Amino acid sequence: MSVVAVSVFIFFFALVTVLGFVAAHWRKADLDSLHEWGLAGRRFGTVVTWFLIGGDLYTAYTFIAVPALVFGAGAMGFFAVPYTILVYPFAFMVMPRLWTVAHRRGYVTAADFVRGRHGSPWLALAVAITGILATMPYIALQLIGIQVVVAALGFPTAGLWGELPLIISFAILAAYTYTSGLRAPAMIAIVKDLLIYLTIIAAIIVIPEKLGGYGAIFSHVAPEKLLLKAPDGGSMNQYSAYITLAVGSALALLLYPHSLTAILSSSGANTLRRNMALLPAYSFVLGLIALLGFMALAAGVAQLPQFAGYFGEYKQNFAVPALFLSMFPEWFVGIAFAAIAIGALVPAAIMSIAAANLFTRNIYREFVKPGCTPSEETQMAKWVSLVVKVGAVVFVIALPQQYAINLQLLGGVLIIQTLPAVIIGLYTTWFDHRGLLVGWLTGIISGTAMMAAQQFKSPTYLLHLGGLAVPGYAALYALLLNLAVAVAVTLLCRAAGLRRADDETTADDYADARAGG
Amino acid sequence: MSGKSRKRLWYWLLLVPCLAVVCVPSFNRVEPAWFGIPFFYWYQLLWIPLSAVVIGAVYGMTRERGDRPGKS
Repeated sequence: MSVVAVSVFIFFFALVTVLGFVAAHWRKADLDSLHEWGLAGRRFGTVVTWFLIGGDLYTAYTFIAVPALVFGAGAMGFFAVPYTILVYPFAFMVMPRLWTVAHRRGYVTAADFVRGRHGSPWLALAVAITGILATMPYIALQLIGIQVVVAALGFPTAGLWGELPLIISFAILAAYTYTSGLRAPAMIAIVKDLLIYLTIIAAIIVIPEKLGGYGAIFSHVAPEKLLLKAPDGGSMNQYSAYITLAVGSALALLLYPHSLTAILSSSGANTLRRNMALLPAYSFVLGLIALLGFMALAAGVAQLPQFAGYFGEYKQNFAVPALFLSMFPEWFVGIAFAAIAIGALVPAAIMSIAAANLFTRNIYREFVKPGCTPSEETQMAKWVSLVVKVGAVVFVIALPQQYAINLQLLGGVLIIQTLPAVIIGLYTTWFDHRGLLVGWLTGIISGTAMMAAQQFKSPTYLLHLGGLAVPGYAALYALLLNLAVAVAVTLLCRAAGLRRADDETTADDYADARAGG
Repeated sequence: MSGKSRKRLWYWLLLVPCLAVVCVPSFNRVEPAWFGIPFFYWYQLLWIPLSAVVIGAVYGMTRERGDRPGKS
């Protein structure tokens, strides 16, 4: 264990802890309202929104898992790059519209919108439950991000002592999220992002030089992993898998409750539009981080004896920590690992707030205690945010790590099934709410079945079309089934003359000051 | 064509970066490499800043008079 690295690490951790509590006083307002606690009053301008969304979407696990995938699978793992390129044009078109209607109607969650737009508490419940289910393993994965770097710092990894750093960090996180709400991760995100940028800039300058340049790095990559496997007579091979993973992940990302929480907390539709042009800066960092996977491969970290135990326990997820340990001086290892660990806290805080908002708004207030006061509602959300975090800690400590990873893959397949109700719902009420609900159920069941067929280990499903095998992202295949069923059931409801539910929103609610709204 | 619907045409520009990165067969190759980085990788990385430029341009061209940065 390096005293220098650990000291630097603990310094930054202590710094963000103080910031987390101080954040309660930032733009002071009544934190007893859910709008203030859970969305920080929708007042974040362009700069804070940029740090918050960036800190939220690019999680610690992303920084560990994307290079790990490139390290293991090569070119296929690079799908994260087209994925993040596709996200922002899509978000540019869609999210200002969602922000506008949510602002006008006081919606805090996607399920609030679905409730108002489609007039069905049951469809809203389906959206809320999907959101909570998809978020839980995602929070657990942030813990795994912390676990990997804490282990890499040289702390013991087994027994109570091994779990202690994790429990302490989440207890601190839970305390300041409880008192400061969304203001805490917004403030911490600024520190996190600065550390991440610093780490990556250093990494792409220092490491290639030590390894003899990019040409030398890529010469270590096996030829079959350097490019995607092209289609042959019987199969689309990696082409269809690459494209569907990129498109499906891009569509799913913004439906996650934590994405929507960060988006709804911004101060306006134009703040969001400007951000969609600025957020690719993070994608560029992510692309460079993906290349770290190849650098780890070229450095041969998996063969170094001092890392053998860690690779046994954390598999490819140890590639980047091992690379930093073998390339950086100790003090900088402290900074890089602090960046990853703090990078876990920001999304974990936002995810727990988002799950708490969903539970409180769309389950508790809708079905359990319809007449609750705003302060009772907020108190409930604060408690739920604690329960969610304790649940994630228990999950990671009690179950094998692989469960959280597999469930998070499943989470992406599930969350995309809310797209017809939420995103398509922004533009049309053509779909009957019963059609959307049956479609959602079809997507959930078929998507889960496709994942089960791969033992939940791989998100790609081998679809056979005639004689052609088309491997593709299960989420996208299940979404197509979802849409087909939603259309069919809607037509049946029409034919049967069933009464439609009322839409409480009006065309005016979607119109902001711009051409094309 | 009215001013508003002409402005809406700018939104189609957003399809350009999307198409550029989903046409996998067009960039799944090693050459031309750049500083030793195979084409497959630097091409896709290059589209990240290009997509930001496209989104920024669409924002600028569709912005209404009077909504400047800083107020929204």
